[in-house]
Formats: sequence, structure tokens, C-alpha cells
Amino acid sequence: MIPRWEHFRHEADIGVRGLGATREAAFEQAALALTAVLTDPERVAPRTSVRIVCSAPDDALLFCDWLNALIFEMATRHMLFARCEVRIADGHLDAIAWGESVDVDRHLPAVEIKGATFTELDVRRLPDGSWRAQCVVDV
Amino acid sequence: MDLSRFEQRSEHEWLSPAHGRMRVPVVIYASRELMQAMDAKVLEQATNVASLPGIVQASYAMPDAHWGYGFPIGGVAAFDPGDGVVSAGGVGFDISCGVRTLLTGLRRDDILRVQSRLADILFARIPAGVGSTGELHLSAKEMDAMLTGGARWAVERGYGSEADLARIEERGSMHGADPKAVSKQARRRQRDEMGTLGSGNHYLEVQHVAEVFDAAVAAAYGIQAGDVVVSIHCGSRGLGHQIGTEFLREMLIAAPAAGIELPDRELACAPLASPLGQRYLGAMRAAINCALANRQILTHLTRDAFRKVLPDARLPLLYDVSHNTCKEESHVVEGRKRRLFVHRKGATRAFGPGHPELPAEFREAGQPVLIGGSMGTGSYILSGLATGMERAFSSACHGAGRAMSRHEATRRWQGRAIVDELAGRGILIRSPSLRGVAEEAPLAYKDVSAVVDAADAAGLARKVARLEPLVCVKG
Repeated sequence: MIPRWEHFRHEADIGVRGLGATREAAFEQAALALTAVLTDPERVAPRTSVRIVCSAPDDALLFCDWLNALIFEMATRHMLFARCEVRIADGHLDAIAWGESVDVDRHLPAVEIKGATFTELDVRRLPDGSWRAQCVVDV
Repeated sequence: MDLSRFEQRSEHEWLSPAHGRMRVPVVIYASRELMQAMDAKVLEQATNVASLPGIVQASYAMPDAHWGYGFPIGGVAAFDPGDGVVSAGGVGFDISCGVRTLLTGLRRDDILRVQSRLADILFARIPAGVGSTGELHLSAKEMDAMLTGGARWAVERGYGSEADLARIEERGSMHGADPKAVSKQARRRQRDEMGTLGSGNHYLEVQHVAEVFDAAVAAAYGIQAGDVVVSIHCGSRGLGHQIGTEFLREMLIAAPAAGIELPDRELACAPLASPLGQRYLGAMRAAINCALANRQILTHLTRDAFRKVLPDARLPLLYDVSHNTCKEESHVVEGRKRRLFVHRKGATRAFGPGHPELPAEFREAGQPVLIGGSMGTGSYILSGLATGMERAFSSACHGAGRAMSRHEATRRWQGRAIVDELAGRGILIRSPSLRGVAEEAPLAYKDVSAVVDAADAAGLARKVARLEPLVCVKG
């Protein structure tokens, strides 16, 4: 399948969802859905990279940790991410995220993200064998 | 929402009896119309809250309640210190997000003469929007002092005056904060964000008093029709968000060992009497202080901006309220005074007349309850009532609440069109993001007047005045 991301409805906030052939691809796509909460990911150039490492007792919590690690990097480095490479093994995630500093005039960022929540949090393999990873983020 | 699941106890009080794992009933205060429009998730979430250990009296929802995380936004629940819990989800990510309103001594005409210039100077002076940074960068020692001292810390460093502190909940400094419970990551996230407004629904507005409902209380608050005030809505910024994120995770993982069966992961909580519960309280109180310090710094920047345009203007503080907190308070339950830990998630504390924690000048009138609306519709000032104590542990609504998702709002409206339309109505918007403006379009919010009317009719708080915006700096 062609990996892709989408947003889903939440009354006050936004749901982010990544879909891909593998769990890793779903996580990578969800990162773009996160960027898309602020701006069009196509407008973000992959100029610099950040390594992100996290561990969790299950896939759902690992996904939440992954998004929260990205949110932390976005907030503290004032960065947006355009592309990611994720590896997952035994509850351990090791990723590189490429992106650039926020440029208000070019990116026109809409809203900052406070955190990834457990609401609608779900990581699963779908009947067709592809993977879906999602949750609502608080903005 | 399906109203057949409720017993209607009065025109504005709806009770869903305890059943299954619920320890107490759910009580929602709202008009029939608001109830019908309310998301069914509110009852589901309030029902889950009702099943938490040590909950006292009822799981409450305010008239502006909507689907939140674990707790509904607009949820209020109190817990016994002995067998009760504290929930990071019950406080939320934006710890102590709140509103403060400043008096100006100015009249609407005074502002109209300088409106555009004032809007520009406020926008230049107040860091707002994604990636904006404050001028203040705290050393580790200063960060600790800020987390302990709150608005008092800010005043001691020249941001405002001693008189401001009397007009802030907890007199500007939340007791029991524990900076050691605040992680390195949370501190790092706050490093550039002191004195920033944030984004989303956060704003700074210059408003005029469009209507007064209770002249006596309005006089006690120092306002009358035609007066100009400034309201600031923001919270504990990155530090609070990070504390919420970290403790939610830790409480979720620790819950089974503490014997807590969670009906929803987002209700992650810890016994109040446990080390984790105490550590969260310490960190959460530090985040409350961060929010109070942040609003105090923004107040200083606002006064600075006003002085540049209106040199004689003084901007004393009317009051400062927080929406997302868990506070230890005394309440009478079944005729007995008890110490309880009251979670207010998107709800405002509303102490009635005579409450000992109110400043002397508000003892007769009750606490000012500041309700933020949307950019185009206006805001309200209410006052706490003695009846509110019995209704929902002295709590009231906090705002309009969204009526539609951000995505739906951007599909329907364009930021530029909203800015132009509001300018035509005499409201000047200044924002770094037109998409952000579209997401916060006035019609994306519920009718704040209906929410406030319901709070008034339910006896949660009394309507005092309605405010309309003249300038809105939107993050």
C-alpha cells in the first residue's frame, strides 16, 4: 500500500493517523500528520536531522511516546519535520526525523501542539495486513 | 445527547443515577437545549469519572461541557484525601490555563481614537503564536524560584505590583509546589516560553463593557457600562504540557499496582496518599505557579504597551482565575465540613460571598468569575454565589466550548475574510496566523450567552456584565 496520513475529527482538538505497510511506516506517516496540524508538510524542507529514541511496554504507548518526543523537539528546537525514518524492535523505537526551523512567513503555522493523548489511541494491523497508528493531540 | 438517561431535578439540573461501577451519580447543569446539543461523550466520560476511588457527592459537568480527555472539558470532581485519587487527566495538559482581566479606567471612546495603533503595539509587544519566544530566559535557580513563587516571584522582579497579588487566586502563589518534581524536559520546554501567550484559543483582548446585569456587583468590581478592560487567556505553556504528558504516562503504568482499574486510559490517576500522587501534586502546583507568573509577565507587557499609546492609563488587576487545576479546599458535604481535592477541568472556581479566601473588597459581592468567549461574540464577568457551594463545589463554566472541529472551521472560513468581517464590526484582530484565525472563527464556538445564562439560572454564578472585543491579539 502507499503510505499516507490523515486527520480525524475530535470536537476540540485533532486526531492524527498514519497508515502504511508496516508499523514503522504508520509511525512515520503519523509524524507527518502531526506536522500537518501546524502547516502543510510539503512546505517543510528536510534540512537538519534529529535522532529520537524511546521505549514503552506496548505499541500504543510507544506511539504516544514517539509523538510526544516529536512534540518536545518541535517545541524546544522550534522545528517542523518533513520526513522520518523509524525502526522498532522489542518495544524500542529508534528514529531520525528531518526538518527545519519554523519560518512564520513561509510555514504560516496555525497552532502549537501541547501533547499526544490516549484518546482514540490505537496501533493495529488491519485485516488487509497494513498498519494504522492514531491518537488525538491536544492543541 | 439522549435525555432519557437523566432525571431532571430542576430546569437546569440533570442527574444520571449511579449504576454499575459508578460510586456517585453524574450531575450536569445545563438548559434542555444545551443538553440536547451536548456530545454524548460528556455523559460517558462523566460516568467514568464517577467510578474513580474516593469520589465525593457527584461527578459534575458544567453547561459548556464537551468531549475531553478522560474527564469531560467542563468536568468537576472532588476526592477524599484518604481513599481518593488525583488524576493528571482530570487536570489536563494546560495546567492552570486561565483568564485574568485588567481594569483600565478608560472609556470606549478613549480606545476608538487610538484603536489601530494600540492593536499594533500590543501585537508587537506580546509574544504570540507558534515558535514565539519571551525575552526572559531563566537560570536553573530562577526557574526554581518561579516554580515556587508564581506571580509573587514575577512581582518581586518588577513585573507588576504587590496590589496585583491580592487579586489572584492563592494570592498569586500556589502553596505546596515542589520544583524537584518538575522534570528536566519540562524545564527545558519552558526555557524560551516565559511571558508568551501561546496559540490556539489563547488571546489577549481589549474589551468594552457592553451590558451590565448587576450594577451593585459591577460597582464592587469597579466596572460600569462603556468601560474598557483587558483580558488575557493563557496557561502554563510548555512546562505544564510536559508535566501533564509525563504524569499521565506514569500514572497509567502505575495504576494496576495501586489497585486502580481504569475505565479509560486517559483517566490515569494515583492515590492522593501515594508518593506518585504527592509528586504529581507538587509538580502540578509548580505548573500553576508557572501559569500565574506567565500571566503576570504578560500583564506587565500589556501595561507597557498601553503606556506607549495612553500614557496616563493605569491597569489594575480585577481578578485572575484558573481553569485546569486540582486544589485542596474545604467544602460542606452532607452537613459536614471536609477537606477535599477538587479537580476542575475546564471549569472556573466560583467562591460565593463571605468566602474567607476572597479579598476583603469582594467578600460581599463574591468572586469574579471570568468567562472567555470567542473573538467575535464577547465574554462575560460573573460572580460566585453561595448556592454554588452546594451545586458543584463552588464551580462554574469557563467559556463557550467549541461547536465544531478545527478542520471543519478551516473548511468553512478563511482567516482573511474573518479578519475583514470583524474589522467591519469594529473589532481589530492581530495574529501571526490566518489559518489559526480561521480555526478560531467565532461561529466555530457555541453561543457563550446560552452557556452563561444556564450557569446563572442553575445558581452556579450570577451574570454581572457582558464584554465585547475591540482588539484581539490571537496566538
